[in-house]
Amino acid sequence: MTTRTESEEMSTATPTRAPHSDVPTGHKSPEGRVGAGLFDPQQLLKSLPDACRKLDPRVMVKSPVMFVVWIGSVLTTVFSFKDPGDWFGWTISAWLWLTVVFANLAEAVAEGRGKAQADTLRKAKTDTVARRLTGAVEEQVPGTGLRIGDLVVCESGDIIPGDGDVVEGVASVDESAITGESAPVIRESGGDRSAVTGGTKVLSDRIVIKITTKPGETFIDRMISLVEGAARQKTPNEIALNILLASLTIVFLLAVATLPPFADYAGTHLTMVVLVALLVCLIPTTIGALLSAIGIAGMDRLVQRNVLAMSGRAVEAAGDVSTLLLDKTGTITLGNRQAAEFVPVSGVTEAELADAAQLSSLADETPEGRSIVVLAKETYGLRERHQGELTGAEWIEFTAQTRMSGVDVDGRRIRKGAAGSVVKWVEERGGTVAEDADAATDRISEAGGTPLLVAVEDPQGARVLGVIHLKDVVKQGMRERFDELRRMGIKTVMITGDNPLTARAIAEEAGVDDFLAEATPEDKMALIKREQAGGKLVAMTGDGTNDAPALAQADVGVAMNTGTSAAKEAGNMVDLDSNPTKLIEIVEIGKQLLITRGALTTFSIANDVAKYFAIIPALFAAVYPGLDKLNIMGLSSPDSAILSAVVFNALIIIALVPLSLKGVQYRPVSADKMLRRNLTIYGIGGLIAPFVGIKLIDLLISLIPGIG
Amino acid sequence: MGPVLAGVLQLLALMGALALAYIPLGTYMAKVYSTDKHWRVEKWIYKGIGANPDTEMRWTAYLRGVLAFSAVGVLFLYLLQRLQGVLPGSLGFQAIDPDQAFNTAVSFVTNTNWQSYYGEQAMGHVVQTAGLAVQNFVSAAVGIAVAVALVRGFARSRTGELGNFWSDMVRGVTRILLPGAFIAAIVLVACGAIQNFSGIHEVGQFMGGSQQWNGGAVASQEAIKEFGTNGGGYFNANSAHPFENPTPFTNLFEIFLLLVIPFSLTRTFGVMVGSVKQGYAILATMATIWVGFVALMMWTEFAHHGPALQIAGGAMEGKEVRFGVGSSSIFAVSTTLTSTGAVDSFHSSFTGLGGGITMLGMMLGEIAPGGTGSGLYGMLIMAIIAVFIAGLMVGRTPEYLGKKIGTREIKLAACYILVTPALVLVFAGVAMALPTPVHSMTNSGAHGFSEILYAYTSAANNNGSAFAGLNADTQWFNTTLGLAMALGRFLPMVFVLALAGSLAEQRPVPETAGTLRTNKPLFVGLLVGAILIITGLTYFPALALGPLAEGLAS
Repeated sequence: MTTRTESEEMSTATPTRAPHSDVPTGHKSPEGRVGAGLFDPQQLLKSLPDACRKLDPRVMVKSPVMFVVWIGSVLTTVFSFKDPGDWFGWTISAWLWLTVVFANLAEAVAEGRGKAQADTLRKAKTDTVARRLTGAVEEQVPGTGLRIGDLVVCESGDIIPGDGDVVEGVASVDESAITGESAPVIRESGGDRSAVTGGTKVLSDRIVIKITTKPGETFIDRMISLVEGAARQKTPNEIALNILLASLTIVFLLAVATLPPFADYAGTHLTMVVLVALLVCLIPTTIGALLSAIGIAGMDRLVQRNVLAMSGRAVEAAGDVSTLLLDKTGTITLGNRQAAEFVPVSGVTEAELADAAQLSSLADETPEGRSIVVLAKETYGLRERHQGELTGAEWIEFTAQTRMSGVDVDGRRIRKGAAGSVVKWVEERGGTVAEDADAATDRISEAGGTPLLVAVEDPQGARVLGVIHLKDVVKQGMRERFDELRRMGIKTVMITGDNPLTARAIAEEAGVDDFLAEATPEDKMALIKREQAGGKLVAMTGDGTNDAPALAQADVGVAMNTGTSAAKEAGNMVDLDSNPTKLIEIVEIGKQLLITRGALTTFSIANDVAKYFAIIPALFAAVYPGLDKLNIMGLSSPDSAILSAVVFNALIIIALVPLSLKGVQYRPVSADKMLRRNLTIYGIGGLIAPFVGIKLIDLLISLIPGIG
Repeated sequence: MGPVLAGVLQLLALMGALALAYIPLGTYMAKVYSTDKHWRVEKWIYKGIGANPDTEMRWTAYLRGVLAFSAVGVLFLYLLQRLQGVLPGSLGFQAIDPDQAFNTAVSFVTNTNWQSYYGEQAMGHVVQTAGLAVQNFVSAAVGIAVAVALVRGFARSRTGELGNFWSDMVRGVTRILLPGAFIAAIVLVACGAIQNFSGIHEVGQFMGGSQQWNGGAVASQEAIKEFGTNGGGYFNANSAHPFENPTPFTNLFEIFLLLVIPFSLTRTFGVMVGSVKQGYAILATMATIWVGFVALMMWTEFAHHGPALQIAGGAMEGKEVRFGVGSSSIFAVSTTLTSTGAVDSFHSSFTGLGGGITMLGMMLGEIAPGGTGSGLYGMLIMAIIAVFIAGLMVGRTPEYLGKKIGTREIKLAACYILVTPALVLVFAGVAMALPTPVHSMTNSGAHGFSEILYAYTSAANNNGSAFAGLNADTQWFNTTLGLAMALGRFLPMVFVLALAGSLAEQRPVPETAGTLRTNKPLFVGLLVGAILIITGLTYFPALALGPLAEGLAS
């Protein structure tokens, strides 16, 4: 019975960071925010009041391990009151309370980061007045009075009162309150750009919006409650780990609780203070204290990258993903085909072809057309001429109907365009198409490129000059990225609407493992189901309404913030930057979260060995002198040994707070290498560290007069 | 040849024999539990007990089978002992007292074979042969059946079905235990173990006085005693008795018998989950711990202080001169690392640390290699725990053999590892806190405490060996040890079968480069470490006050 309840937990988005560093933004980060990986010790002080507030047993009981420490602290304090002259009892009590406070501090610091973000979000959520439309009548109502299905009007300067879809008009909208991106975006009725978010601002024009969300449940509302941790629930793996930690705690509780009769028989009496100290040292307090902070910090790392996770389950699933579906355009390639090469027919030089190609493309404002002008300039030094420079020229602009652009100048008519159109144009004028032009066209098509023909009609007649090779340009560094993913055991599948030939060529160039050509939403869905049937977890990105079923089916569905509300609703993450490459980072963040949890658990358990070597001889060497041989650290006195172990146990929590917040270092390597490395650092390291730490603390304690 | 070298050579010979048997026996057992053909004799049995061997069972049904069959076994064995006085062929022995009969019945049904009675002074031929010997077979078969069910949980997917308990149990007896024990009994008889139904003989002693010698079907019982990791001796002296274990060769042969099924089951596991390498990894884990413990034991028993020990060439007190220190060390470690509990020397007389090693072996949960079946499922549970803790460090939620270790799985595994520590510590704690149980101790001080700690460790882990010295035939010990045996056997089985059901329902996760390799030496090391640390941490305080206090004293 695996629990299928989707914890409606979501980490949050921060409206603070510009998504692409190259995009200028007027949005400034608020003060006091920490970037991922940074840790400011001052935060500890700032969070101290929160940490103390969490000492409430109703809060403590949620973390079984720390609750046991809490009870232990109460017990030792009570016993110290009964024997007020016992400095040892008081000191142990104090350090036990500190242990609990340190644990709360870790969580409070992690939550503190979110609180700062919530405040910024609240500013965006000013109370709005909505202009509700009933029939043709417009009335002013408060934003909170809106119901699903209401129509509202927004004109330039208005804050959109709630989440909804544009049903009429088109407007530019400033979404910086949500995304941190100050460049306005276009929202229009129908299609994939109709979703608007409450709290964003219309900059121009007039739109009518159909409200799709109840007030109080809008995107911004959810973000705020998630950032504040109000809606945070434990993730499945966290719950499972908590169960294991609880059972280890019970085991140690039994080991300690049954010790008094054994000790009495041996002829020594163990005090409650000593028993509690032993118990606290043994139970996995390190991971118990940091577990919650690790989870919050993991979500926070997503937030740093402007990704909003609707559930913690999704973040964990991201670590498990074994198949990534990546849209070709925008993710793998730059998004536009670009001219890569001029292939002249025999009898024409490349320079002539380039010149003709450039001239004929000046009136082509499409990205492809621009790229031809640029290639001619870069390769042949042909200066880009402005349309006005050539007098008497007649420009033929590119249209989707003619599929050609060109220019008529000095008695020459130059055309450039899709192969079919140009061939037809030449033949209509009695010209012929050279055979090598056909050959070049075929070759380019086979290589996955798009051939464009350049033709001219001049006094010598109409003829083809050559072929322009347009190709998809794969983003830099993608091949390395995919190699990394492969080492991590993740298969990449490129999704494209291209024909299989083109798709194969790009897939090979980019180094993806597989591709889905001429992909329809149904194909995507089928692919996801097929992978899942094989037990694989699938991650994908999407933005259109037709992506919604696949996004919902995928284990990790990242919806682009520019996408439709259906897509955002279906996915379990929203990328506010709408950057599909983010998927790879999301996977890494998921893995890092799990690694951090495992590493600190291993460390915590390995730590216990040394504590036994400190405490057992301290307790029993008096009755069984042989046991003093276990005092391999050579601790100065029994009291000092126990105290040192307790102090170490408390301090290690604070020492590991930065690590739990920023996460264990992650490198994309195979599981074997990663395990070896982490096992060495946190397993073996966890065995050795406390021996050193306890010895050092003992040395310090033994300096205090009257002890040791 | 010095005794140390002799011990090492015997260890090597034993390892060689186990290695030879590993593939044939392991593969054969996999076939036994995979084929759908029934033997004719098996069909008769199914007809007799009214079971349909071809229906697939979900874990609840499988568990019902285990519990019902065992409950009937306890009841039958209890009645047999209580009625001994009126049964023929009882050598004139009287009915067993209720508390001792309960203890013995539970003991044999749980594969523990803790004996609070003296075999040759209490049990007649009928009880020994129709009661105890029968349970020696079926209790071992039940253990293997549960292990096989768990293996099927890993091997199967998208089904809740774990096989058929009746067929698994019956086949375990007819195809594995009976033929194996038959051959082993012949070997033992050939080497001098007795096999008859003769009565009690009065035999004169060299030093004057006389002795009573029992006859009995000893060799046959001895064979299954070891082969089924039972350990309940025909005689009180168990495998130290020359009628049970006459020569150094039979001694080694008996060690071989008690180890061969548990070790070979890892092969069965590998074959059934479709990757013999996974079986090798589990085997390597078991073997590492076993060899390590044997080495430690030989070291403590050969390293000796004091003139008496030096003259004897080692700690010879309580050990048979026939076997010597080396062979006795191997036997002691093997019997406590399995759930056997047979002894060819007296664990109480081992050095302080040596006694501690036998206790620690049981405290590990008897998983290296463990009892028939119980060793494998115990080890697989530990593998799940290790995967859960360390597996996260590869950046994926934990999975083992293609199955996710989620909340439900870890809950069941956590319950499993809680059972025996709870039983051992709580019962020992209460026994130490009460005024009377302490009176059963023969020794005082740390050694006396070890006697009680050992008794509960042995019972809760279904070992059955005793730290001789404790007078366990009291109402307190018969009852509490009986409870510890029953709970220590069946509660873990509940969790194992529930886990198997949960695993069988999952769909498998395919292995990728990002998956933790559980068939690599790194994982073996990790598993050994996790087992030693988790058990060590649980029992360190108790061990410190018993064997450690004693062993470190000098």
